[in-house]
Amino acid sequence: MEQSEQNVAAKTELPKPTALEQAAPQDVSGTPGRPIFDVRNVSVWYSAFKAVTDVSMTIHENEITAFIGSSGSGKTTVLRAFNRMNDLVPGARVEGEMHYRGTPLYGKDVSPIAVRRRIGMVFQKPNPFRKSIYDNVAYGPRINGERNRRKLDEIVERSLRRAALWDEVKNRLKSSGLALSGGQAQRLCIARTIAVEPDVVLMDEPASALDPIATGAIEDLMRELKKQYTIIIVTHNMQQATRVSDRTAFFSVLTDSKNDTRTGVLIEYGSTRQIFEDPQDSRTQAYVTGRMG
Amino acid sequence: MMAVATEQPAADLREPAGWRRTKNRVATVLMWVAFVCTLVPLGFVLVTVIAKGASAISWQFLTKGPIPPNVLPVTIGGMGPAVVGTLEITGFAALIAIPLGVLGAVYINEYGGNRALARLIGFMADVMTGVPSIVMGLFIFTIWVLHFGYSGLAGSFALGCLMLPVVIRSSYEMLRLVPDSLREASYAVGATKARVTVTVVLPAAIGGIVSGALLAIARAAGETAPLLFTILVVESTNTNLFSGPNTALATQIFINAQQPFTGAQQRAWGAALTLIAIAFILMLAARIVTARFTRYTR
Repeated sequence: MEQSEQNVAAKTELPKPTALEQAAPQDVSGTPGRPIFDVRNVSVWYSAFKAVTDVSMTIHENEITAFIGSSGSGKTTVLRAFNRMNDLVPGARVEGEMHYRGTPLYGKDVSPIAVRRRIGMVFQKPNPFRKSIYDNVAYGPRINGERNRRKLDEIVERSLRRAALWDEVKNRLKSSGLALSGGQAQRLCIARTIAVEPDVVLMDEPASALDPIATGAIEDLMRELKKQYTIIIVTHNMQQATRVSDRTAFFSVLTDSKNDTRTGVLIEYGSTRQIFEDPQDSRTQAYVTGRMG
Repeated sequence: MMAVATEQPAADLREPAGWRRTKNRVATVLMWVAFVCTLVPLGFVLVTVIAKGASAISWQFLTKGPIPPNVLPVTIGGMGPAVVGTLEITGFAALIAIPLGVLGAVYINEYGGNRALARLIGFMADVMTGVPSIVMGLFIFTIWVLHFGYSGLAGSFALGCLMLPVVIRSSYEMLRLVPDSLREASYAVGATKARVTVTVVLPAAIGGIVSGALLAIARAAGETAPLLFTILVVESTNTNLFSGPNTALATQIFINAQQPFTGAQQRAWGAALTLIAIAFILMLAARIVTARFTRYTR
């Protein structure tokens, strides 16, 4: 939390916050968190197809980082590299360096199971299990060895409360998770993800299947969750990125007309304010002003 | 557009006449014909078996033994030994084939990926489905009966071999239908592959797996040829599955139906009805069990 050196330095140099003209880290609202992910020259391949090339970025603790960009620009692919979800895709492989709190994510002794236990994920389409609401939330703690009923009750209530779903479902915890509306189901999935107390929550377009009211609820929830978790969110909705995120990464597609291949690439990464108000790259500017993609 | 006419012609929303309507009608008629063609023989079989078999059925017929000599009327003795034989032989066959088959399907779909072994198992299962049941009986006869003698167990092996490919194929198709999004949801909270399979994939597919297994059991319970070579025939109840010749409803139908004696023929009809009833009860039981498993569908 208290990154004293940086804060002191920032304070002495900048008595009053004059956001825009400053370099990226200072104009992030609140305290800049410690780096949690360090990504260096990462490329992701699906067999012989290079989906994303040469991504380098630093993700910070207790912040919401948004990945924006057009379809096929590799946002989701990069997101799924953070908790080794791409391992499940036959032929997928990651090149380059990805460090999580100082440990290489793709190191030799690293278990993808342990990685995903700490780095949870919420998917685009709500995907509750065909189990009761209670069992959906208790699923993670149970597979991680929690058997004590009282503790499970506590975890389920706490997670549902944090996911802002408790009041709506507290009287029907034993009914099916599939009977919920889309927005409720997505909040149930968020509750299921945070029930294992992860360190990071990855969200892949969590609100794209939801109406504006449910989307608003999910966004409020994200702002609340970032006090305890680090969140990375992929979104097609630029307003959403400006509403919730502290930093934004803009991805685009490089088309190689000679070999007819399309590869995702990270164009620009900075504070959300800088990306939207003062983009350094013309492609970013075209995208955020709606002239492209 | 000036003043709108007061009387607007009513919109014609009927199906347009012509080729499209003709095609529609022809297709509908064809489907009804196909439906009736399927249903009529089925209905005949059922009605005939019930009409001819119902008179033979009694508590004594179902439970008592021994099975009397062919010349005696149906009121003497009963089919008890065959009922017991069918239940134990088919039951043990299911005990062998269902776990193996489901595990095989799990391997092919969840673990095998594109590996040669998985493809080989899938291919062999398909080939095995095409093996005639009498060949399966001869196979067990040569590798088991010749060494260890006739027994209900040998019959179970033969029926198990027949059920295995059916169970593998039907379970595999059900596992394939489980959406990957459920697997990912489970992986995302730190589940191992085994956990994902046991706690998410199998529960999601259980309804279809049970149905498939049940069809396999019902088919196997009616098989005659493989049993002729493996269990021989006895007249009294043999509760020991593992030694000595046994008997089953299917083989009793086969033997009794060939006789010119009224008693024997009535016994055959009665046994046929009993077999159908057992299959029916099994189906019903499985539906109830599956309904419990899938209560969270909505």
